[in-house]
Parts: sequence; C-alpha cells; structure tokens
Amino acid sequence: MEKDRRDFLKLAGSVLGLGATAPAAALASTGGRPVQEEGTHWAMVVDTRKCQAKEGCTACTDACHLAHNVPKIPEEAHEVKWIWKEKYPQAFPNQVHPYIEDSLRDRNVPVLCNHCERPPCVRVCPTQATFKDEQGIVTIDMHRCIGCRYCIAACPYGSRSFNWKDPRPYLQDIQSDYPTRTKGVVEKCNFCEERLAKGQIPACVEACVTAECGALLFGDLSDPESEVSRLLRTTNTIRRKPNLGTAPSVFYIV
Amino acid sequence: MLEKALKGSPRYWTWISVLVLIIAAGFFAYWRQLNHGLEITGLNRDVTWGLYIAQFTFMVGVAASAVMVVLPYYLHNYKPFGRMVILGECLAISAVIMCMLFIFVDMGQPSRVINVIRFPSPNSLMFWDMMSLMGYLGLNVLISLVVFTSERNQVAPPHWIKPVIILSIPWAVSIHTVTAFLYSGLEARSFWLTAILVPRFLASAFASGPSLLIILSLLLRKFTKFDPGEEALKKLSLIVTYALSVNIFFVAVELFTGLYSDIPEHVHHFQYLFVGLEGKSGLAPAMWLSVSLSLLSLVLLYFPRLRENHKVLPFICGAIIVAVWIEKGLGLVVAGFIPNPLGHVTEYFPSSWETMVTIGVYGIGFLILTGLWKIALTVREEIDAL
Repeated sequence: MEKDRRDFLKLAGSVLGLGATAPAAALASTGGRPVQEEGTHWAMVVDTRKCQAKEGCTACTDACHLAHNVPKIPEEAHEVKWIWKEKYPQAFPNQVHPYIEDSLRDRNVPVLCNHCERPPCVRVCPTQATFKDEQGIVTIDMHRCIGCRYCIAACPYGSRSFNWKDPRPYLQDIQSDYPTRTKGVVEKCNFCEERLAKGQIPACVEACVTAECGALLFGDLSDPESEVSRLLRTTNTIRRKPNLGTAPSVFYIV
Repeated sequence: MLEKALKGSPRYWTWISVLVLIIAAGFFAYWRQLNHGLEITGLNRDVTWGLYIAQFTFMVGVAASAVMVVLPYYLHNYKPFGRMVILGECLAISAVIMCMLFIFVDMGQPSRVINVIRFPSPNSLMFWDMMSLMGYLGLNVLISLVVFTSERNQVAPPHWIKPVIILSIPWAVSIHTVTAFLYSGLEARSFWLTAILVPRFLASAFASGPSLLIILSLLLRKFTKFDPGEEALKKLSLIVTYALSVNIFFVAVELFTGLYSDIPEHVHHFQYLFVGLEGKSGLAPAMWLSVSLSLLSLVLLYFPRLRENHKVLPFICGAIIVAVWIEKGLGLVVAGFIPNPLGHVTEYFPSSWETMVTIGVYGIGFLILTGLWKIALTVREEIDAL
C-alpha cells in the first residue's frame, strides 16, 4: 500500500505538470525522503504504565537536557524542550473520550521528537538544515538553520523549540562534548545520534534504566530480532496522530 | 529619471522626513531584535509566527492585486486604466519589497538567509515563495521601466514587452497561490489545511489591494495635479465590490465546512477566533470588528451612489483594508497556532518593539512608493505640458 501511495503521488506530480524531475520527486516523497526500506532504523518504545508508576520522575528530561546543553529558561513562552511529559489527552488528542479510564486521564506521557519516517519538518525546510539521516534520525544542522520556524509550524507534535534568545546564560553546567546553540535557531531531540555513533544508548533511555523505571526502550526496527521489534510484534502499541501519515518512530504502550 | 524624486515641494519633503523618522525608529527596534533575539516580540513557544508573517501575507495580496489594473488595461485594452496602471505596478514593486523585508525581519538568523539560495530545496514552499516573489519583482520593475520610458519618449513600447506583461498576469496569481500553499500544505495545522485558502487569499487580495490603490490615488488627486480619472475609480470600486463579495462567500463556505462537520480540531480554531477557548479570547474583538466591517462595506458598496461618492468611498476602502488585514493577516496566521498541537491555548499579542519594526518596514515601503510615484507623476506632468 505504501508503494502504491508513492507511485500515485509520483504520477500526480507528473500530471500536474511539475515535470518528472525534482518537483515531482519532491511531491512523491512528501516526507522529504522515501520511507526507510533498508539499513538501521532507530526507534523507541515508551511504556507509559511504567513511566506513570514513577510519577514526578524527571530522570529522562534531566539527563537529556544536561547532555545536550538544553537551557533552563524560566519563562514558559521561551522554553526549550527536547523530552518532557504531557498528559495522555494532550499527547493523544484523537484517543480521548469523556469516559476514558481514570488512570489514562492523568497519565504522564514522555513526548519527544517522533523521528517520523515521513517528517513534515524535513519536507518544508527551505535550506535542508533539517534532514533525515540514513538511520532514520531527523536531525538539524544548526549552522545552516536560518530560523524561519517553518518546521515548527509543520510539526504536528509540538516537538521543536526555537531559541528566542541566547540560550547560553541559562546553562549551568556546560557539557563540552556537545555544542551549545546560538539564538535564532531551531532545535529538538536528536535521538542522541552523537551517543549512538559511539555505541551508547540515548541519554534518556540510560537515565530511565538507572532510575529503575525501564519505561523507555530503544533499538533498531530494521532488525526483526531487536528488542523493540519483538516488543512491537507482541504488544499493542500506538503512535501519536497516526492519521496524518507521518509514521513516527516513537511507539507508546498505554 | 531618478532625479525627479529629489525635487519636490516642502510638503513632499515633510512627508519624506516623516517616513525617514519612522524608518529610523524601525531600524532602532530591529537593532534591538538583532541583539536580543526574537524574544523581544510577542511570539512564544506555541505561537511562532505573528505580526511579521501576517504583514507578509497581507502585502503579497496587495502586490498580486496590481493584476486588477494590469489585466484590463493590457489584455482588454481598457483605456481608462491608462493613468492608473503605472501606479498599480509601482505599488506592486513596493509591496513585494515589503514582503521580502517582513520575511527577513522574521528570521532568527537573518545573516544566513542566503542559505535558501545556496541550498535550493524544491520540497519547501518557502523556496518557491522566494522564487516567485523575486520573479514578480523583476517582472514589474522591467515592465514599468520599459513602458514608462517609452511613454516618456512618446514612442510605442517595444513589441517584446507585451508577452512579458502577459506573463506577469498569471505570475501575480502565482505569488499569492504559493503564499497560501505555505499554510495549506501543513498536516499539522488543521485550520490552514483547506483548499479554499488559495481562492480566499486571491479574493481578499483583489478586494484590499485595489481598495488601497483607490485611497492612495484619491490622496494623490487631493495633493497633486494627478487625476486617476472618474471612470477608472468607478471601475476599481466595482472590482472591489465583486472581490469582496466573493471573499465573504469563500469565508462563509470555509466556516460552513469547519463548523458543520463539527470535527473538534477544526472547530477549536474558529472557536478561539470568535468566542475564545479556555477563557482566552484575545482575538475575538478584532475578528468581530473584521466581520462587521466586511459586511458593512459590502452593503455600502452595493449602492452605486455610495460607491461612486468620493467622500464615502475612501472610508469604505479603509474599512475593507482593516477587515482583510485582520481576517487574513493576524487572524489566519495566529489562529493556526491556537490551540497548539498538544491542545494548549497560548495567546499572542504583538509587542511594541515588534510593532515598531513592522511600522518601520511600512515606512520603507511607502518611501519607495513615494519615490516611484513622484517620478511617474512628474514625468507625466511634463508630457502633459508639452
């Protein structure tokens, strides 16, 4: 079905007179790049039940924000966030009804960039500053970003933050192995690509394990024997706003 | 020809000085924004586009609306627009420059804006928007220069310019189409995700742009020897009447689909706009004002006697500009972000710094327009005196 869809869009591109080359290909991919067919595909499974069991825990956020020099900006309007908790009805607005079970209504759900297989942010970026790498990670070249914030408008998950001001004065403990940012650029979770390159798991996942919560599981979706693949096959999971066709790489157990 | 803009009456120079002061204030505010970042605007984590992008959207419409005088004059040989057409083209030139400036001041990293050219990204509508705006600017500069120079030399314009003029007509439509596509192609924002956005943008542009042209040419008639001609004003006000009718119809169609279908994520944005959400209704008074002005203007325009009365017409046109400015500028852009994708309701109000920058950009636009019109009118007077 996926292939059909792409063929259809390609055809539509040609019929609309967009030519067979760049614009047609652009229209056909509608997610910046085609859906991942081979190679590593990093993904995360969030067990919201386990997360809820440790209410008030901020281990993942703390570890992530420390590792990536994410500033702690006091006023909400200018906050920068990579991973944080929202209530279930906010994270899954299409899955809510008035008779929802009590435990879900107030359940805290960690939200982060979904590293969509068809990322709208990548599609709209006018400089290709945000792109999807070969491992399925949607990342940002913060030296190329012009700060137009089109990607923020395009993200259906509110996962992107803009540096409304110089973030550096808001960093207490600057980590020298990860760059700080300047004002005027967009940033978000990068699935810890810098740690993955060194063979480490993402900082949030590690912190979650250390906190003895184990709500976050990370692995390669292209490997059918990986823990995430096996869990996804055997457990009912959902993704955020599946109707939009963005195909998130972050899955939730509720 | 440029020297014509440098000779003028004391009144002319007072006007120029006022504009220069406004521009200076705008630069001062922008300098602050450069140093402090966009935090000095009213924008926030949830509402990431505001006044600047709203002005951009509105001004693209004004730029595109030049086609409403260009098309009848060049394509249908409608002579009464003969004096108006150069004004329309100059207005388009200054409007496009303002559009570019509004995008520029909205950038977080303006020094890198050239990256859009360095890394061309046909995936992105912003890339196409930049291309179409630059093309439109080039076309209008070329056309007005060539046609006007011929007129000054009292010779017929060269034949090759005709196809260029014809090209500028669909091009005008394209700039506003692409601008609407910027919004309407985003699955994240249900409020903008509607095919009627393009026609709506065009209809409101053809109502507000000619309205602006009417006001400006009436001002010119009052303060200079220029006379746009009775027939031209009549025709323009008729164009405004049709365009406004169509725009109101399109808005109504959009409201019907949005509200009758009753899908919460569609309804919420309209709810925020007109009655407020979670007790927050900052835009509601402006939206009701916009609706009232639109409807009132429409009713007044339907009476030819009022439409053709030059004491009443500028007020109707002013009302239309304000109505459209609110509806498709502020209302459309801001409400797309409220509620945010997580359902949170965060409001947005432009800050005074942001407003100063905005007024500064308008100052630059009007300075350019004043200069261009001054040249055009001086040369025209010289020809008439011969």
